[in-house]
Parts: sequence; C-alpha cells; structure tokens
Amino acid sequence: MNKVLTRREFGTAFGGLVIAFSMGPRLAAAADGPPRLPGTLAANKRLDSWLRVDPVGTVTVFTGRVELGQGATTALAQIAAEELDIAFVRIRMIPVDTSHSPNEGVTAGSNSIEMGGAALRSAAAEARAILVQLASEHLNVPAAQLMTEDGLIFARDGARKTSYWELAAENPLDREATNSAPAKPVKDHRIVGQPIQRLDIPDKVMGRPVFIQDMRLPGMVFGRVVRPPNYGAELTRLDDAAVRKMPGIVSVVRDGRFVGVVAEREEQAIAARAALAKAAVWRVPASLPDAANVHEFLKTRPGVVPKIVNEKTGMAAPAMKTLEAVYRKPYLAHASIGPSCGIAGFIDEGLTVWSHTQGPYPLRTDIAKVTAMPPEKVRVIHTPGAGCYGHNGADDAALDAALLSLATNGRLVKVQWMRDDEFGWEPFGSAMTMSARAGLAADGSIVDWQYDVWSCTHNMRPGNRSGVNLLGAWHLAKPLARATPAEAPLPAGGGDRNAVPVYDFPNQRITDHFIADMPLRVSALRTLGAFGNVFALESFMDEMADAAGADPVAFRLKHLKDARGRAVLQAVAEKANWKPGTKGDGARGRGVAFSRYETTKTYVAMIADVVVDRTSGMVRVERVTAVADAGQTVNPDGLKNQIEGGIIQGTSWTLKEQVVFDKERIVSRDWVGYPILTFPEVPVVDVVVIDRPELPSLGAGEASQGPISAAIANAIRHATGARLRDLPFTPERARAAIAQI
Amino acid sequence: MPQTYHLRVNGESREVSVDGDTPLLYVLKNDLELPGAKFGCGLAQCGACTVIMDGAAVRSCVTEVRSVGTRDIVTLEGIGTEQKPHPLQAAFIAEQAMQCGYCINGMIMSAKALLDRNPHPADGEIREALAGNLCRCGSHNRIVRAILRASKEAAT
Repeated sequence: MNKVLTRREFGTAFGGLVIAFSMGPRLAAAADGPPRLPGTLAANKRLDSWLRVDPVGTVTVFTGRVELGQGATTALAQIAAEELDIAFVRIRMIPVDTSHSPNEGVTAGSNSIEMGGAALRSAAAEARAILVQLASEHLNVPAAQLMTEDGLIFARDGARKTSYWELAAENPLDREATNSAPAKPVKDHRIVGQPIQRLDIPDKVMGRPVFIQDMRLPGMVFGRVVRPPNYGAELTRLDDAAVRKMPGIVSVVRDGRFVGVVAEREEQAIAARAALAKAAVWRVPASLPDAANVHEFLKTRPGVVPKIVNEKTGMAAPAMKTLEAVYRKPYLAHASIGPSCGIAGFIDEGLTVWSHTQGPYPLRTDIAKVTAMPPEKVRVIHTPGAGCYGHNGADDAALDAALLSLATNGRLVKVQWMRDDEFGWEPFGSAMTMSARAGLAADGSIVDWQYDVWSCTHNMRPGNRSGVNLLGAWHLAKPLARATPAEAPLPAGGGDRNAVPVYDFPNQRITDHFIADMPLRVSALRTLGAFGNVFALESFMDEMADAAGADPVAFRLKHLKDARGRAVLQAVAEKANWKPGTKGDGARGRGVAFSRYETTKTYVAMIADVVVDRTSGMVRVERVTAVADAGQTVNPDGLKNQIEGGIIQGTSWTLKEQVVFDKERIVSRDWVGYPILTFPEVPVVDVVVIDRPELPSLGAGEASQGPISAAIANAIRHATGARLRDLPFTPERARAAIAQI
Repeated sequence: MPQTYHLRVNGESREVSVDGDTPLLYVLKNDLELPGAKFGCGLAQCGACTVIMDGAAVRSCVTEVRSVGTRDIVTLEGIGTEQKPHPLQAAFIAEQAMQCGYCINGMIMSAKALLDRNPHPADGEIREALAGNLCRCGSHNRIVRAILRASKEAAT
C-alpha cells in the first residue's frame, strides 16, 4: 500500500481543524474492579488519558464524547475547569481520536453529561488533589493548608507558592484514577451552572472550516458511491468503459454490488456517479412490505416473541370501565441537513479515517473487520458533521471512503453522500405499534394497566460482536454479515424504552414484542422506542382521564407519587395558566403530557396549544410551554437549547414525517418527499428549568421528544373532540377523524 | 472542457478554471477555499448553500458558474471579520442560535439579504423569508431572535 503522507507533512498541510498527532498517553486497560470509578472512568482508568496539564498554562482534556452540535464539549469543559479550579478559557478540548482518547463507546442515549461528565469530574477533582499534594512536598506545607486559584497553588501566608504549570513537567497525572478526591461543593461552583457560550459557535458563524464536509487535505480526491436501487437488488451488468473516459476519473471501483467512483474534482465524481448509475443494470426484487399495512406485517413476522418486561400486581378495587386503544408510529428518518461524509487514506502505513460517527472506537472495530486490518492500524478521528440525532449514514460514509481509498492506492478520498443516498440508505427509526388497555375503578383511578409494544430493533450500530453494521460491507462480493439484532435491557431498553409508566398503578403488565426481522434498514434514532411509547402512554392517560371525567393534569397527579415528576407537572400547569374544565372551542385546544426519559433521566412536562383548521385538517402548534428537571444543570442555556430543539423536532415528527416506500424502493428521497417543519410552522417554545444543583445531572438530550407528540394529540382532541392515534397527524388524517365525530 | 472564469467574490477578483456547468458551490468550497456555504441537497430545497449575488440570496448548489458573469458574490466569509463581525454573526453568537450549525450559513446569508432590503422586519416576515431554509435541530426560534437582535443593533 502506498504511503501517502507522513504525519509531519500532514500536520503542516492542514491547519483549519485541530488535528493532534501526538502519540498521546497510553490507553487504560478496560478491566473492571475495585476501586469503584464513576461513569466511564472505570473503563479508562489512567488520569492522563483524560487530562494533561500543559506548562504553557492550559489543561488539555481528552474526552471520549463527540460533539454532535448538542453542546456536550462546552459543558464537559465547564466541569473540568470547575473541578480543577482554573479559568474556563484555560481548557483545551481535544476531539476524539482513537490514537489517544479515552474509549467512551458511543456518544448516545443522553449520556454525555450523566456518564462522561461524572467520569471527567472525578478525574479532574483527583488531578487537582494530586497537584496540591505535589506542591505540598515542594513547598513543605501540609496539603490541607494549600489553596488553589486558577492554577496557582499557594500557602495561606501567600509567600510560598507554585502552579499547576510549573508542576506539569513532573507528569503528575501518570497514574490510575482512584476516585478518592471529593468533588467541589456546589456552593463554590462558579463555572458549572453558568450559561457559558458554546466553544464551537464562533467558528461556525464566521464560516471557518469546522465540519468534516469542510475539510480539504493535500492530494485529496473525491469519491461517490452508486447504491443499488433497493436493499436486495443484484447488479447484473455494469459497462463502465465510458465512465472511465470521463474527465478527471481516478478510479472506478466495483466489488460485488458495491460500486463507486473516484475523481480529481467533486463535480466530476458526481457526474461520474450519475453516468455509472445509468450504466448499471440491476435485478430489483419487490421485497418491501405493503406500506399501507406495514404495522400488521411487522407484527406477524415469524419469530416475534412477546416478553413481559415489567409486571406488578397488587390489591385494587374492581375495574368498572375498561378502555383499549392502539397507536402507531411510522418509520422516521434522521434527515440530517448535511449528508454524511467520510475521509480516508493511508498515512504512516495505517488507515486514517475522519468521521462524524457517534462512536469512533466501535467504527474502528468494524472498519478493521471489513478491511481485514488489525484495529491498531486503523485510526478514527472524530470531526463534527451536521446534527445526526442518532445512527445516520456517518459510519457508512466512513467505510465508503475507506473502501474507495483502498481501491485507489491508499489516496486520501473524501466521500459525501448525495441527498438521495442519505434518505434512501440511512437506518431509519423503526415503525412501531403500541396497544394499551386499562381499567378504571369507581373512584376514577386506574387499577390495571396492560401495555404491548411491537418494534424492530433500535440499535444496529457498528461495534457489535455478532457482525458488521456498515452498509458497504453488505454489498461486497464477499459480503460480511450484519449483526444479529437484539433488544437492550431496561431501564434504557430499545423498542420498550419508556414503555414502563412512571405512574403508580396497582397492577400493570408491560410486554415487549421484539421483531427481529427488518424489512427496512433500522437503527438508533433519537429516543429509540421512547417517542412511540410516550406518545401512546400519554395519549392513553388522557383517554383514561376523559373516561373518568377528570382534568388531565389532576388525573396524572393522582397517579404519580414521584415528587420531581409532580413538581414539573404542577410547574407547567402554573406557567401555562392551565385551567381545569376549560372546553376547546372546536378549533383551539391545549394538551398536556409528561415523561421521565428512560424512567431514570430528565423529567419533562409540557403543554401544547394548537389550532386546527376543521376544513383542511391542518394542525398548527402555536405554543409549547415546558418545564424540565435535569438535576444539576451544568449549562442552563445548553439544556434549554436541547429541550427546545427536541420539542420542535418532535413537532415535526408528529405532524409531518414518515418514510415513504413502495414494494420496490424508498420513495422519499429528498425534502419534497420527506418534508420537515419550516419556520412559519414552528411553535413558540417556552422552557423553564428546575435546577437541582444538589442532585446528579441527568441526561436531557432526548427528553422532550416523546411528550410533545402526546401533548399535540391531546390538544387536538381537546380542540375538536377527535382522537388521533396514528402518526403523523397529516391534514387528511385530522380531517377524517374530525368528520367521524 | 474547463474554461477560465473571472469571478468577483467578497470584493476580490478570483480566477478559476472549471467546466461551465460546475455548480458555484464546489468552486467556492474546493477552488476558492471558502467552506462557509454547505452542500445540503444539491436541489435548491434546503438553503444550506446560500450565497448572495448582487444583493439576492441564491442557492449556489444549482447556480452554474458560467451563469454568474460579473455579478458580485458575497459569502459568509466575506461579511465580517473576527475583529469586526457582521451584526448578524455577533447576534447569532449572542443568542447561541444553533445546535449543529450546518444550516447556519444559509440562515445568516438569507437573513442578510432580507435585512439589506428590509432593515426592520417583523417576526412573521423573518419566518416567511426563511421558509425555504431548513433547520433540523429545532433552533428556529433562536435564529429568529438573533435576526431581530441584529436588526435592532444595526438601528442603534
């Protein structure tokens, strides 16, 4: 394999993005054992795999969490600066790089602050303690009598002093973490809890190269892939002679039904892709299910096994009234604004891959399997892309770049998917069916709650031991098998995420029907099953309240003991001026919904105000008021931004979105086929945060998406009397439901 | 066949040698090292690639370089500097008006074209003007607030 660039050549050639080529501290062994270390520290014990004190007066932080536009990098920097007792501006955050970053797996599940932050807080507090101990030895002052301020370490007399920066040369963090230093008391916090501006925003507004899509490397060429017309299509003929003669063509690659082209210029690669697509002859099986009955089709796949995931029995009054309802969620797309991108090439005898993946290490594992290279010869460097909201095409584009580079003498190849690649090939969020049945006692309380959910998997990410989860690998002449889908255990869960109510019912049974088959490619989309489950659960709570003749807020409070859950519900009712007994006027209405994400993370309650045009069926969400409790808030503006964004994205999912397909193909391949909410349609969103600085931070990035769907459904019912149970709430569906009243 | 085109970009004359049907977007990104404009769809549906040509917001992904002629092209890189950011750039920072930021080039450039012809738009006018610019993260209301802030600050 040709060596393309040395590290030195490379490092000097590309200055726009931070690319560190240091060998970095050694990675920790992943063995678990005492002492008990918080979060992801247990898997990455060495302190210098997290932090490096620099003599120039900065602290470099190697997080294993990737920036997805969610602001995690800034919040983590706040935590490190706080515990180290240094100014925020002294922190240098290093993007994840498998050559030296801690392995924190996948940045997903709203875990960056809850888990990654806990690890970093412990490491930073211990680093400070070690530096103070070292200073104590140097200054001959007991550690307890030393104070720190912005990196200075000084005795109370002020005469004897040193600094982190002076002590840096002694490699003070060359040791394993013990989680022995107490975290800073909350009352002393000066950086955590502040709405510090995000580190990444200035470059983004100035148009500086920030995204992987902006990267230009010396000698880089451009690749594009010609995908089959559908999942199962076979390539029967490909005459590429004419394409090879097109201007700028570097290589035409065919390996089984993986077909790609590499060209000197980007527009040449795009033109060659179009020409290759025309030249390719495929046999296209009609292998997709009937879209109109896809939910029934999925439920009746062979091998669907019901599993009771939660059951509770207790004494209760007899049910006087029983209600039953079925809710459905369609396949949803991540629909990132920037199509996925990957860059790969051979540098120093190894394959270097730039990717906006959520899991640099798992991606490395799978690329190593596909290319039959030892993992240590594959280096994955995270570079931000457009928001992904889960497992989109990022990892696949990285493999595409690697495969095209391998077939092109190891040259640096940049692949950006076209819009139709992204919509056609990304792994969707699974379609789901949710069925609820509950009994109401004479006193208007729920005495029995039965709930069933049917869903395909929500996790087909790379890094799975049972197979390779990268698109290109399945299309090679010698295809690698994809992993065996499996359901994740609760409380995180997969299809059953948030299927277990936070309410206190005396009897309940929650059954998860895991569908191993996946006629459409699926994987993790923001919230996994929680969006569908909270939609069903919170819609059904309103239906039960209706049956009981109760106010929806009061009805929820009646069944909820959790004090923090009650607090967000009561706060949102007050903030939105909720008035029990108010009737919808036929067009306007309001609805409430509540959930605790994953049943262990952030609490959110919200009230949506809608206007329904009864003639057209058009639903407009005018305003959403939300209250969130995420425990200790690291960055209040960052938290609000996540809650707000989730509400708007969730409104879009609820009102507009579904993947469209026929028997042969995915049909929704652009923004006309897959419309999302636009500026004139976006509701006013008002978010209030209940800060609980004395309690652990809770994952918040996905917390608001579930409740918004039910709040809208409940508001439409309140406005019009029509109950919508099939997502999305298109004008046709709303019109039909109103007509039936 | 490649031809030489003289483009006026951010007040400077730039020369490129490309095929005439090359979308302006790739010329900006790959030849002129101006990565501000983004590839989003290549179909003029999302607005991520927006630049300003002779005062109008245009989609550079469907603008063939041969159609540009002598028109003045302004990109995100050309509207402000680190020392003197454009009021919109300063306002987007002040309002933290993004999550991922991939669409933000289009938001700022479309907003600039709007403010240049209507310095004090109402909330609803901003939303209408940006109806063709897609944001997936749900930062819309922050973006509107940033544009309102910039329009007020330009007035003082």
